[in-house]
Amino acid sequence: MIVELGHFALVLALATALVQMLLPAWGVQARDRQLMAVAEPAALAQLSLVLFAFLALMHAYVTSDFSVETVWANSHTAKPLVYKIAGVWGNHEGSMLLWVLILALFGAAVALFGTNLPARLRANVLAVQAAIAVTFLLFIVLASNPFLRIPPQSEGRGLNPILQDPALAFHPPLLYAGYVGLSIAFSFAVAALIEGRTDAAWARWVRPWTLAAWICLTLGIAMGSWWAYYELGWGGWWFWDPVENASFMPWLAATALLHSALVMEKREALKVWTILLAILAFSLSLMGTFLVRSGVLTSVHAFAVDPRRGIFILTILVVLIGGALALYAWRAPRLQPGGLFAPISREGALVLNNVLLTTGCATVGVGTLYPLVLEALTGAKISVGPPYFNLTFGPLMLPLLAAMPFGPFLAWKRGDLAGVAQRLLAAALAALVALVIAYALVWRGPWLAPFGIALAVWIIAGAVCEWAARVQLLAAGADRVWRRARGLPRSAHGTTLAHLGIGLTLVGIVATSAWQSERVLAMRAGDSTEFSGYTLAFRGVAPAQGPNYQEQVALFAVTRSGSPVTELSPAKRLYDAPRQPTTEAAIHVAFLSDLYVVLGDELKDGSFVVRLYFNPLVRLIWIGAVVMALGGALSLSDRRLRVGAPRRARGAQAAHALSTE
Amino acid sequence: MTRKQRRAVFLVLSVCVVTLALLLMAFALRDTIVFFRTPREVVEMAIAPGTRFRLGGLVAEGSLRRGAGLTVAFAITDRVNTISVSYTGILPDLFREGQGVVAEGKLDGAGHFIADSVLAKHDENYMPAEVAKALKAEGLWKDAGKSEKR
Repeated sequence: MIVELGHFALVLALATALVQMLLPAWGVQARDRQLMAVAEPAALAQLSLVLFAFLALMHAYVTSDFSVETVWANSHTAKPLVYKIAGVWGNHEGSMLLWVLILALFGAAVALFGTNLPARLRANVLAVQAAIAVTFLLFIVLASNPFLRIPPQSEGRGLNPILQDPALAFHPPLLYAGYVGLSIAFSFAVAALIEGRTDAAWARWVRPWTLAAWICLTLGIAMGSWWAYYELGWGGWWFWDPVENASFMPWLAATALLHSALVMEKREALKVWTILLAILAFSLSLMGTFLVRSGVLTSVHAFAVDPRRGIFILTILVVLIGGALALYAWRAPRLQPGGLFAPISREGALVLNNVLLTTGCATVGVGTLYPLVLEALTGAKISVGPPYFNLTFGPLMLPLLAAMPFGPFLAWKRGDLAGVAQRLLAAALAALVALVIAYALVWRGPWLAPFGIALAVWIIAGAVCEWAARVQLLAAGADRVWRRARGLPRSAHGTTLAHLGIGLTLVGIVATSAWQSERVLAMRAGDSTEFSGYTLAFRGVAPAQGPNYQEQVALFAVTRSGSPVTELSPAKRLYDAPRQPTTEAAIHVAFLSDLYVVLGDELKDGSFVVRLYFNPLVRLIWIGAVVMALGGALSLSDRRLRVGAPRRARGAQAAHALSTE
Repeated sequence: MTRKQRRAVFLVLSVCVVTLALLLMAFALRDTIVFFRTPREVVEMAIAPGTRFRLGGLVAEGSLRRGAGLTVAFAITDRVNTISVSYTGILPDLFREGQGVVAEGKLDGAGHFIADSVLAKHDENYMPAEVAKALKAEGLWKDAGKSEKR
């Protein structure tokens, strides 16, 4: 019964979304305030209905209602509760419903918190938001209905065991929040094009939403990478796999958008470009959904999917993206060009950031889609692997990273490069020292790697320098520094933290890629081996029983120069439903580096294949991502953003005041 | 600097970056891509030893042999031709005889494939799309029981 109600609520949500799409837009054309005002209650109603549908589906999962097809195909009574819940979005149908739920959530947030937006803009934004909802709800109801009934089954087929993991339970919601959060920027962009005007207030509204989406994307991607690292047992953290790229491209575009929206907010420049970026960022999100869910790409992460749905999603893509771009081509020339600035200026630096980020994003896109296009054209099947991305994306990021510390130091309108270089002297020195230390400490590995470390230290020290200069850390007394630090807008602290996070992640990436040690060997119970300064004694393998799996658990006693460090227990599991083996790596965290042990198959002579990794500083990759997200959160909590956009007249004044700051 | 000149500066910058990107992409796509081949194609095209490619098909039944060491030998077949493969390391969890597999590596002089990676898939019933397509092309696709875990 609840399932039918959920289904019904979903159809009602579709109807509500249709109303929300048509009436306010008509109201804007007819200048009818009452029609425009329909948007808010409609957005809230749509959220309630979708939420009800989602909870109904969750109820079916929690109570293991195996007369529902998706529950039967993806759940099992013996599964722990948290994975029954996570199972809701661990499959195609449920994850699409989650997608629409988050979309409705964001739409309702605009309706609730957007009371100070100009009425026409708000009506248009909500109408566009509803248009996205309509297409996706149509898709769910017609092609991917999670509420379909089947003859009741006694037991479900279970969730793919590698998805039964805490990190992966929350990875999709975060990633989707990031994808869908960009829909707000998209809706605002389209609304601005319909209106034919944008201003600083517009950018001021778009930036926090983009920032929120960006935080979710950053955390979502980091969590996915972390999951792949420890769950898949390959010792790697990023594979340039199409599905990973699909989430990485929106991140790059969103990062670019954050920076260009800044220029638009402070200086009213780059309007046309920012609008285009907003459209592109969400288009890439849609494409990400499409790539992951359609099965057109060969990917290690692609879970069994149905290509027929791909056609439907492709249509959605063409309608939404094509429509927005056509509108852009038609209306963008009408937008007034904004403020002037010299090439060497904060704006100039942000333009460089945008050029490099979008070009980098394009190279990733080409590498991801090239196999598809080539196969469609010639029938040849190829794969584009990490070497391609390292060769194209890497070099493009180098100038961006090298220029990063300069940006926040440069003044708006016209900057003084020599002066900034002088103020960054300390950072340059720190980088040089790091280079020398890296060479002195590590004698093996690629000769370029210490330069990578130096680059990362340059970014970190540059961020610290900039912060120190702002609070006059060295020039003033402690209480004055404290006062200045408190007086600094939170978004400034946020910038420092986010840039610092990039540096930390880069240290982790360089160290792990260059200095990872790996060894595969056969070990018999009682054997011990030396590896990266540790001694691992293999005690043997014993069977164990988990809630819904059986496992073979190995025991390794780890010592370092005679003193015990830890015991590691990598395992091989065999899940009951579906009957599928998984490998559970065991990881010892030594400061920021990982000793990583994987148990392989048993050999004929009773010994086991064992794979050992030592990943130096690998933790920094994810710590850096968390620091970036914290920086974003700090910036998001900035009072100026929280207050939202002032009224239009005041907005223009405020922008003017800021620009003369 | 006039508006025009400023615009020119950014235009030149963008053109430089894009050109650099295009050159890098052209270079990388020529040198780093890896072709996917079925055993039949390997035989028909007489692929030269030392060329990197991905070999995809089914793990031939009864072909898996494990020595005392770490090297595993098996054969990849598309039921037309069969190629013997050796691989040193840990096979993916879902590696099984009769299942789809993709191995990446090179042929040695004797037509034996030396793999340096064997692709894992996350899903038990998953068939690498390339393998499925190749099997369909060879007319060996068995649909029953395969398409059903969506």
